[in-house]
This record gives sequence, structure tokens and C-alpha cells, in this order.
Amino acid sequence: MDLLLPDFGLFFWMTLSFLIGFFLLKKFAWKPILQALSDRENSIAESIATAESMKIEMSNMKNENELLLNQAREERSMMLRDAKETKEKMINEAKEMAKEEANRIMIEAREQINHQKNAAIIDVKNQIGTLVIEVAEKVLRKELSNKAEQNNYINSLASEIKLN
Amino acid sequence: MILSPKISLKAFVALLFLLVGYSFISFSQPQPIATNTTTEQHVEGEKKKIDVKEIIFGHIRDSHEWHLFSIGEFHATLPLLVILYNPAKGFSAFLSSKFEEGEVAYEGYRMINAKDVELDKNLVEGKIVAVDGSKVYDISMTKNVVSMIISLLLLWFLMTGIAKKYKKNGINKAPTGWQNAIEPVIGFVQDNVAKPYLGKHYLKYMPLLLTFFFFIWINNLMGLLPGGANLTGNIAVTLVLTLVFFVVMLFNSNKYYWGHIFNPPGIPLGIKFILVPIEILSNFLIKPAALAIRLFANIFAGHTIILSLMCMIFIFGAMNQVAGYSASIFSVAFSVFMFFLELLVAAIQAFIFTNLAAVFIGQAIEEHHHDDHAVDTHKSNS
Repeated sequence: MDLLLPDFGLFFWMTLSFLIGFFLLKKFAWKPILQALSDRENSIAESIATAESMKIEMSNMKNENELLLNQAREERSMMLRDAKETKEKMINEAKEMAKEEANRIMIEAREQINHQKNAAIIDVKNQIGTLVIEVAEKVLRKELSNKAEQNNYINSLASEIKLN
Repeated sequence: MILSPKISLKAFVALLFLLVGYSFISFSQPQPIATNTTTEQHVEGEKKKIDVKEIIFGHIRDSHEWHLFSIGEFHATLPLLVILYNPAKGFSAFLSSKFEEGEVAYEGYRMINAKDVELDKNLVEGKIVAVDGSKVYDISMTKNVVSMIISLLLLWFLMTGIAKKYKKNGINKAPTGWQNAIEPVIGFVQDNVAKPYLGKHYLKYMPLLLTFFFFIWINNLMGLLPGGANLTGNIAVTLVLTLVFFVVMLFNSNKYYWGHIFNPPGIPLGIKFILVPIEILSNFLIKPAALAIRLFANIFAGHTIILSLMCMIFIFGAMNQVAGYSASIFSVAFSVFMFFLELLVAAIQAFIFTNLAAVFIGQAIEEHHHDDHAVDTHKSNS
């Protein structure tokens, strides 16, 4: 039964030593250890947070890059399309112009041909006129010598002159 | 409050062994059958009577000398310092070897030995009394006191060493050695005991909880060493631990705690007359007593079981040599099992004490808001 009753001496020493032990441990052991543990906890939490934010930043940057790349790609394709369009336009324009030029040249050539033809006809007419006058002159001279011969002559001349 | 099934099973086994032990003790007492056996032993071969009670309680009880081992009649014991106070004579201090096992009186004091107990059953062996019968205050450095001081020194060197390591290595270096071993335990107390029950004020109580935990744990383990003192299985020690907890709890309790005890909110007046005494009993007697007795009884029972198992070898051996040898196989197997269980219990009991202290302090410092919206806020909180 004495085991169930607290012994005074042990009670006394236990109270004294436990309290002293508690306060000493509290000041020199638990406080620094707990401080170090919480410091480390904070530093780890901070590191994780930093890593996380870096990750987000990285992914943002990647997104930005992709966006830029896409923009560049779009721009390139737009430029290609534009260039194609311009090329086609230029070709068409050149074709158009060439056609017009050709038409113009044709018209001019035709006009010139007509002109030359007219000039040639006028020239022929003039030459015919001159020939007629020469013939007339010759006829007139023959008439003066012999009437019969004159007539023959005129007839012969007339037969000679062939209007091609 | 909730005892794990393993512990209650252990308590049952302890009870069983105590009963078995007591039945053997009663055999060794002067009763018709017992006297027969003892006389037979004396006739057979001058064997000593085996006093199981003396062996078990001699190991469990506090003592003025540190008994290490005995070979035959040679007892290797370390005499310890006896400090006595008598209002008339003042203090006196001397080594316990001066008493010569209670044979001799010294400075007017004497130690009660087995012979005195045989004459008067009310006397307790090992107690120091004044020869003239006056009142003596015994504040000796007993085995338990010395063991406790050793445990505190161990804790002191261990923990300050770890604290120094943190200071030296900084926080970014991986912990090594003892620091590495103790750190998870501190983390465990912090994350599984302090934080859940004490909320945001947990850091204030961490030093106390850590001291409780490590003090109980190291003393439980030291008690398991051969020749170790049964410190945490002593009611005086667990009582002091509980008183420290109790004082801390009362000093930090808030008005909600007291309000809850003396004027439980939301309860009809008639029931309050029943409930208030129950609350008072529960908070000021049952809670601390549960803490103190749980630890004491668990460690006490563990030591008793192991010692009983060991004694069985000698009880059977005293009856018959073959029986003794065959009993030793089972006894040793069982005691090895019990030792491992006790290693577990050493940590579990330290944890339970710390945990319950945290729970009770947590209840005392909890910020209740028992108004009309109490139900709503509780719902929204959960």
C-alpha cells in the first residue's frame, strides 16, 4: 500500500529538480531549437514559394514567346500573301499594258499603212496625170504633123498605156 | 481518456500476473501448505526461501541504496546520501551504508529492515525513522532521486548539444547525429500534439510539452535498464508532473473555461445543480488524477509483469530443477516480448501524458463564444 502514497522526499526533489530542469531546458534548449525549426520551416516555405513563382514566371514567359512566335508566323504568312497578290497584280497590269501597247502599235501601223497606201495611190494618180499630160503633149505634137497618123499614134499610144 | 486496447490488455495481463504472484506470495507466507514446502526445501538442500513479494517490490520500490546485482551472499550496492531533517535536531546528512542494512542506528536514526517488518506488518522496509520516535522528514538522495537527476543531466547535455548544433550549423544545413534523431520527435510533438489542441498559442506551451515528453520517455527507458530505477512508476513523480500541468492549466485558463464549469451555458437550471459538481470534480480531480495514475500504473504494471515473469523461473526452480529450467524458456521468451512491449509503452505513455496535458490545457484556453449564435458559428466553423 505504501507504493500508492507519494513519498515526501521524492516529491520534494522531483518538484525542485523538474522545475529547475524545465526552466533551464526551456531557456537553453527548447527555445533555440524551436526557433531554428520554425526558421527553417519558414525558409523552406519561402524557397518553395519562390520556386513556384519562378515556375509561373517561366510559364508566362513561354506563353509570351509562343504568342510572339505565332504573331511572327502570321505576319510572315500575311506578307507572303501580300507579295503573291502584288506579284499577280503586277503581272496582270503588265499584261494589260502590253496588250494596250500592242493594240496601239497595231492601230498605228494600220493607220500608217493606210496613210502610205493613200500616199501611194495619190502618187500613182499624179504619175498617171503626168503621163496623161505627156501623152497628150505627144498626141498634140503628132496631130500637128498628120492627122491620120496622129490618130494612129494616139491609138497606139493608148494601147501602149496599160493601167496595170 | 481513451485507452488503447493494447494497454488495457496489458493491464489485464498485469492483473493476472499479480494474482499469480500473490498466490505464490501466499504460499511463502506461514500457512499450512507453505510451511510444508519451505521446510521441504530446507531439508532438500539448504535452499533459500524465495520471497517473490520482496524481490518484486524491492525492485519497484524506491531505496536508500542503489542495488546493482547480487552473487550469492555478495550484494553489489551503491550507498546513497541520506538527508534527514528533524525539527529538534536540524539537518543531518550521511551515506546510507552507515545503517549497515538497518542493523545499526546512526545519529539517532535507523532504517527499518526485513526483521522489523516481520514483527510489525505496518512498517515499511527501507524507511528511516528516529530511534526516539520523533518526526523525521526524509529528503534523502534516494535511488529515484539520483536516477532523476541523471536523467535531467542527460536531457540537459543532449538538448543543449542539439541547440548548439543548430546555432553552429545554421538552419540550412541538414541535421546530423542526435539532432537528426530528436528533431522528428520534436516535430511530432509540435505537429501532432501542440498544434491540433492548442491552436495558435501552441508555441507558448511547447517547452512544457517537450519537457514532459522527453522527461517521461527517458525515465521510462532508464527504468527498463537492468538496475534502473522505477521513477515514472512512482506516484510521487507522476503527481509532481501532474501538479505542474495543473498549475499551468489553471494559470492560463480563461473566463470561458470557468464559465463552463460554474455556469454551463444553454442548460436548464435544474440540471446545472447536477452538472456543476460533476464539472468541478472532472476538472479539478479526475483529469489530473487520470494523468498521474495512468502513467504510474502503466509503468508500475510493466515492471511488475517483467519481474513476475523472471521470478517464475525461481519459483519453479525452487519446486523442482527441471521445472525451473523449462519455465525459464517461457519466462525468458515472455519477458523479451514484454521488454519490447515496454519499449513501445515507454514512448506511448510519454506521448499520452503529453497529449492529454495538451488536450486539457487546450480546453482551458479555448475561446468559446457561447451566445445565441453559438450553433451557427459552430456550424460555419466545422
